[in-house]
Amino acid sequence: MRRRQFLKMSCVLGAGVALCGLGVDLVPIEAWADEIKKIDRLKSAKQTTSVCCYCSVGCGLICATDEKTGKIINIEGDPEHPVSEGSLCAKGAGMFQTTEANEHRLTKVLYRAPNSDKWEEKSWDWAIDRIARLMKEERDKSFITKNAAGQVVNRVETLAHMGSSNLDNEECWSITAWARSLGLVYIDHQARV
Amino acid sequence: MTNHWIDIQHSDCILIQGSNAAENHPISFKWVMRAKERGAKLIHVDPRFTRTSSKADFYAPLRSGTDIAFLGGMIKYIIDNNRIFHDYVVNYTNAPFLVDGKFGFKDGLFTGYDADKRGYDKATWTYQKDANGIILRDETLKNPRCVYQLLKAHYARYDLKKVSSITGTPEKDLKTVYEMFSSTGTKDRAGTVMYALGQTHHTVGVQNIRALAIVQLLLGNIGVCGGGVNALRGEPNVQGSTDHALLYHYLPGYLSAPRASQQTLESYIKKITPSTTEAKSVNWQSNYGKYAVSLLKSWYGDAATKDNEFGYAWVPKADDGKDYSVMTLFDVMYAGKIKGMTVFGQNPACSIPNSNKVRAAFAKLDWMVHLNIFDNETASFWKGPGMDPAKVKTEVFLLPASASVEKAGSQTNSGRWIQWRYAATKAPGDCIYAGEAIIRIQNKLKELYQKEGGTFPDPILNMTSDGLAEKGGYDAEKVAKLINGYFLADVEIGGKQYKKGDCVPSFALLQADGTTSSGNWICAGSFAQDGKNLMQRRGKADPTGLGLYPEWSFAWPVNRRVLYNRASCDPSGKPYNPKRAVLEWKDGKWVGDVPDGAPPPLAAEGGKLPFIMKPDGVSSLFGPGLGDGPFPEHYEPLESPLAKNLMSPQQNNPAILLYKSDKDMVASADARFPIVMTTYSSTEHWCTGAFTRWQSWLTEAMPQAYVEMSQELAKEKGIKNGDKVRVESARGKLECVAMVTPRFRPFLVNGKTLHQVGMPYNYGWRFPADNGDSANLLTPTVGDANAMTPEYKAFMVNVVKV
Repeated sequence: MRRRQFLKMSCVLGAGVALCGLGVDLVPIEAWADEIKKIDRLKSAKQTTSVCCYCSVGCGLICATDEKTGKIINIEGDPEHPVSEGSLCAKGAGMFQTTEANEHRLTKVLYRAPNSDKWEEKSWDWAIDRIARLMKEERDKSFITKNAAGQVVNRVETLAHMGSSNLDNEECWSITAWARSLGLVYIDHQARV
Repeated sequence: MTNHWIDIQHSDCILIQGSNAAENHPISFKWVMRAKERGAKLIHVDPRFTRTSSKADFYAPLRSGTDIAFLGGMIKYIIDNNRIFHDYVVNYTNAPFLVDGKFGFKDGLFTGYDADKRGYDKATWTYQKDANGIILRDETLKNPRCVYQLLKAHYARYDLKKVSSITGTPEKDLKTVYEMFSSTGTKDRAGTVMYALGQTHHTVGVQNIRALAIVQLLLGNIGVCGGGVNALRGEPNVQGSTDHALLYHYLPGYLSAPRASQQTLESYIKKITPSTTEAKSVNWQSNYGKYAVSLLKSWYGDAATKDNEFGYAWVPKADDGKDYSVMTLFDVMYAGKIKGMTVFGQNPACSIPNSNKVRAAFAKLDWMVHLNIFDNETASFWKGPGMDPAKVKTEVFLLPASASVEKAGSQTNSGRWIQWRYAATKAPGDCIYAGEAIIRIQNKLKELYQKEGGTFPDPILNMTSDGLAEKGGYDAEKVAKLINGYFLADVEIGGKQYKKGDCVPSFALLQADGTTSSGNWICAGSFAQDGKNLMQRRGKADPTGLGLYPEWSFAWPVNRRVLYNRASCDPSGKPYNPKRAVLEWKDGKWVGDVPDGAPPPLAAEGGKLPFIMKPDGVSSLFGPGLGDGPFPEHYEPLESPLAKNLMSPQQNNPAILLYKSDKDMVASADARFPIVMTTYSSTEHWCTGAFTRWQSWLTEAMPQAYVEMSQELAKEKGIKNGDKVRVESARGKLECVAMVTPRFRPFLVNGKTLHQVGMPYNYGWRFPADNGDSANLLTPTVGDANAMTPEYKAFMVNVVKV
């Protein structure tokens, strides 16, 4: 139930449920009924532990995944977690809105051509081909074998990478390895700022 | 954190300075409140009265950018009133060391300053040694050249009156804080420090933390239960991303990145492995060669051999002494010298200082690849305020990523616990792991170089790209094992057999001969030898009763929960405070937490000093490693309300890097910008709001950008709560709502009334529409002299009613 729906529902209930039959918006009541259904669905949902994606306290989460749809239907604090003991702050408690339930999530590869004023949808294969091609062209063109002092440096100064402390350790490590393989020295991320 | 979240409950006095823990790390505050229930005192030092202050036993205001003055006063108070933990200071710090006779400090500068280079020649920042190279020391701490006496002399200038005139903190408040916190300099009391970006976002950021560390060492609060210097890190895996070196200046596991002068592996290893003449020092860094070779083996596999220096030539070398960090990166990009950029999970258009410069720099790129779960001001920079898309040539790729609950993998919290999480569902649409995206790009590059050749293909072709599952998709556990490391041959170490293919259960077993791999030595042991993933553990056993939970996840290094924990025991190995014994030497072995160094305590046979990561085995009151001085010294922020530093003739930190582009205007002590400003976050938003602004539950609670100001300033400016105002610095301006509160109060600085305002940095133009833009339109491109962390927390603005 969205916060606004909840507020609306409270008003409706306050004014008397009988009004519902007189042409009043039924959405809030439907939402309430959805919540009841959700409790039933939670009972059979698959539980998965996770960790909050915001600050670095690292609070424990329990995600409930609907057994029929395979989608997350609820995220709450993990009472077994020794640091957070089930508590979450406003952001952590709202993590459900980082899932696909949020209509704003990006779900397609988007491309903006030079001087264009819009995004176009593309496939991953197309994007990977194009990105790798651009990286290779720039690296081959600008690779620095020796610096001004004549020392071998094997680096590229016209490519840069940033991010991210919002990725998992393994992903960070994969990025570190890739960036060094290209010869990057301009590498930075949130840890400095 | 030297300690961990749960440990805060054991503190007797908690100093929160440069953090609003109650609002920005709300669950950490559970443990602060637990300590208070036990009778602990809470002190909050901050320019603004926040929810953290409201729970404090004592709140002291200070002007942004004056923490060293404040803490220098505390150091003086501790010394003058003999509050030091004498036994600890003599045995476990460099207080007794005699410093070179030529070292000195005058007019705000340490010896060796070179104004042209804006840096120091540190030749005199050393110790006196005997004929055998052993450091001379005076354990009575009376010798005028010993570190303790030099420390005392350095802070003699930081008296209450002088400190108060700089910080704006009333003298009686200073005294109260100093008295309360210095009460922890005894065996049976522990004081802890919690800090966050309020300390680091300054041109003296690293020295701020050094000042905190000096206070804690003088009071014997490092290594003990309920003590420590604890960084409240702001991002979910910023500890891990730092450990894995998404930064130019080192490689995974804090091994310095090779520089051009280190042309061979041998010269590199020599540079990163310090030597010592101190017989009782473990000097753990002497092992770094093993870790470097094991890293190269994990990267390049069989292609890394003894004959090719394990592929050392393939690692890029930065020029010696040159900075490549984020503000330099954008300065170079703004000059048109960077052509292509990848930005994964970060929003620099709003998070890097001087946003106008950053956004203009993006338009000079040929291409940008951005990966995220929502659109943001970075990906869409080409249609942002003041941009004409038709004139922006940059090709932009916006790649959809899986959200955290859709991924398996590990993340490391501030207490260094590496916690595993599981995918709760499949990501929507075409979203994939960032790890998969990068490996697919990497594999495509390999394919292109294989087919077509190209410049210096070896590092591309030989670098591991292992990390995809057989059926496709990212296999985080496979990568986690590479990070942990493997035995690459059957070996016997210390009488124990290890088979080729076994996971390395501890970094103590890593070798420099190519028989082991480890992608990050500090994580070695996150898997057991048999391949069991210890990061997944959920055991709640608590053998010490102190909440260390050694069977919950895995803490680096080697599952140690409190760093420097051997310093919690006296030289015989007895805990200074037996009631909260994190460690004890009993019947010839250490009992409790995993000891920070296996050897016996100092006074026992074969005993060693407790600070094993320091070459001399002791902690540093005198810290010659930093670029801007061995003792923290107060300098004004780059933009200050004062034309003259009240402490010395040196106005700013003399070792900071200054940028000169046409977007880098600075206005210090300038009548046009008379108000000090700081930036901060809110509970409901995270960083630039790149996730949270897209969430209705959160934006409804904290919908728009605002500038917070005192009632006194509002009256002076004719501004009412809720009015629309314009905030302007030398670099940019933005309109937002005025929030008039008693939480900011005017400061009395050098006899004059001074105002400070603050803004959250949680907003951007992209979404929600018309709800404000980034506070970083105002901030200056300048950073700390050591870490290049930007000065977001102290600069000058004006505020006018629109």
